[in-house]
Amino acid sequence: MDTVLKIENLHCQVQGQQILKGLNLEIKRGEVHAIMGPNGSGKSTLSSVLAGKEDYEITAGQILYQNEDIGELSPEERSWKGMFLAFQYPVEIPGVSNINFLRTALNERNKALGRDQISAKDFLRLVSEKSSLVGLDNKLKNRSVNEGFSGGEKKRNEIFQMAMLEPTLSILDETDSGLDIDALKIVSNGVNTLKSEDNATIVITHYQRLLDYIVPDFVHVLYDGKIVKSGDKSLALDLEERGYDWLKLEKAL
Amino acid sequence: MSYTEKELKKELEGKSYEFGFVTDIEAEKAPVGLNEEIIRLISSKKNEPDWLLEYRLNAFRIWNEMSSPDWAHVKYQEPDFQNICYYSAPKQKKQLESLDQVDPELLRTMEKLGISMEEQKRLTGVAVDFVMDSVSVATSFKDKLADLGIIFCSFSEAVQNHPELVKKYMGSVIPASDNYYAALNSAVFTDGSFCYIPKGVRCPMELSTYFRINEAGTGQFERTLVIADESSYVSYLEGCTAPQRDENQLHAAVVELIALDQAEIKYSTVQNWYPGDENGKGGVFNFVTKRGLCGYRSKISWTQVETGSAVTWKYPSCILKGDYAVGEFYSVALTNNYQQADTGTKMIHVGRNTKSTIISKGISAGFSQNSYRGLVKIGKGAKNARNFSQCDSLLMTDQCGAHTFPYIECENPSAMVEHEATTSKIGEDQLFYCMQRGIPEEKAISLIVNGYAKEVLNKLPMEFAVEAQKLLEISLEGSVG
Repeated sequence: MDTVLKIENLHCQVQGQQILKGLNLEIKRGEVHAIMGPNGSGKSTLSSVLAGKEDYEITAGQILYQNEDIGELSPEERSWKGMFLAFQYPVEIPGVSNINFLRTALNERNKALGRDQISAKDFLRLVSEKSSLVGLDNKLKNRSVNEGFSGGEKKRNEIFQMAMLEPTLSILDETDSGLDIDALKIVSNGVNTLKSEDNATIVITHYQRLLDYIVPDFVHVLYDGKIVKSGDKSLALDLEERGYDWLKLEKAL
Repeated sequence: MSYTEKELKKELEGKSYEFGFVTDIEAEKAPVGLNEEIIRLISSKKNEPDWLLEYRLNAFRIWNEMSSPDWAHVKYQEPDFQNICYYSAPKQKKQLESLDQVDPELLRTMEKLGISMEEQKRLTGVAVDFVMDSVSVATSFKDKLADLGIIFCSFSEAVQNHPELVKKYMGSVIPASDNYYAALNSAVFTDGSFCYIPKGVRCPMELSTYFRINEAGTGQFERTLVIADESSYVSYLEGCTAPQRDENQLHAAVVELIALDQAEIKYSTVQNWYPGDENGKGGVFNFVTKRGLCGYRSKISWTQVETGSAVTWKYPSCILKGDYAVGEFYSVALTNNYQQADTGTKMIHVGRNTKSTIISKGISAGFSQNSYRGLVKIGKGAKNARNFSQCDSLLMTDQCGAHTFPYIECENPSAMVEHEATTSKIGEDQLFYCMQRGIPEEKAISLIVNGYAKEVLNKLPMEFAVEAQKLLEISLEGSVG
């Protein structure tokens, strides 16, 4: 199995503050990795630095995506290479329809990769195929991006976009936050459907609950900017039972 | 790399003006300066009847008594009115009868503006009147319109061929004494467009005028008069460009619309006068008076997309005189670098059950100042009048300003007036979201801005909506390269 993502000794600072302090992680095709950790451990920083957000500065170490150091690439270049971030708080873009947004995204990628623009017919076919896959309400497709969407609709829309863009590496940043159990099932179902032998998924979450639905191959515990413990899905259950405090003790020892 | 405020600022500064070319056409110009002699010269050059000369001279006397308005939220050096040339006509040997006789240089200018007349004729069915400096050069489609009894010609031609209409309506909505720049225009206007739609006729095509200032040191003072007779309909578009020059050029136009009973006029403007360079040098002063008069059950819609001019001072307004009249104002005003815009509308409700809607979208970038100024006035007799106003401002940088000055005067207790206003800043989160999905930041900015302005852009006729969208994109684009 080949490696999709290899993070080596990653140090990252945000506005002068060191958040990630030597993080290592390797993800292969077909795998689902869960990253758990208490508040402030660096989970969201990890997703932001992977996606190339401004102000997230790599001070040491590197991120290898499909064997390429992507540290200097812009967010859109990373996107074109197949990286996708499902946001914890998807933003609203008033006046821009979901459909227009996605067509622009697809065509910008096609342009960047020297491919033909997608025809209106093919695009609409893709939209109807993918939206039924994630159970996205028809009316949401023509509404402005996330404007007036409920929390659940926003997250479902993220998964719909993910389906449309068919990423090689998906990062789900606290996708479960703010979801009731029904929405959680629908979103998880979407993620599971999109999972294949060719792509990989990082699930960042605070709670074990999501992992009942998206079953991880590996669970990592992020604490104070480092991965302090890795294991299989049973680690998530341990964490659920014992909380994060025992890790702090373990680390102190 | 990724987006920062600083980078955006830098990019916006690099914005170049696409229409900054000068056309090399010989022009016949009057001596510089302003006095009664010049006015007499203009009038005689245009072979005008005595009443019109009197109208001009009277306006000049009024103007002499007035001083320039200082209440707008703009700062500029007042033009030296004695240092402007008030008449400049592209020199031509004889009267034009067809496009073949138009100076090829002029045709090239039109092509650069993207309004190749031949193409227009073939493809779009848009009739175009082209006003360069002071004189109307060519009007296409005249015959086709004439079959329906529609008159669409230059203002000068209308004075010659339809003096009764001009005399009856000119100055009826905007009297010479209305304001400083309207008075100046009334004294020295040289040409413009005229349109008359007869009773019950629905004009089958968009009528369009392109204004261009070409000669250095000239002012452009055109008048537009649109009369929609009872139960008629017309959609009218004006576009404006000017070459890039160091000095400030003055544009002081007057536009009067008359919608008689049950008529409808849709008036759309895409204004792209040269805005000056990134240090605020040069650019057009755009001091324009636009107003429409609505009869019983008639409707006037102003839609404007304003991206140009160093200073804009402009309030397209509606006097809702007839019962059940409807007035609408949809505006997108984009300012960049050191541009200043003070723009908005006046909705004067006189008749009963009159209704008005105001949607204003300001976009400020660079160091620019963008103000909305609007008056909603409900007269004593305007029973059950309704107004809805929405004024939104979008800020692109930390150095620019957005201001809203809404005035409401209500003299009838049955009226209902609503006003909503928002100010937002283009979000780094929005941009990051777009970029994460593979949309580069420039495209993302244009997507977000166009989404923001969509409500207004949707009001433009189809082909001009595309043009306006492109214009917004160009106006915000950096010099990528």
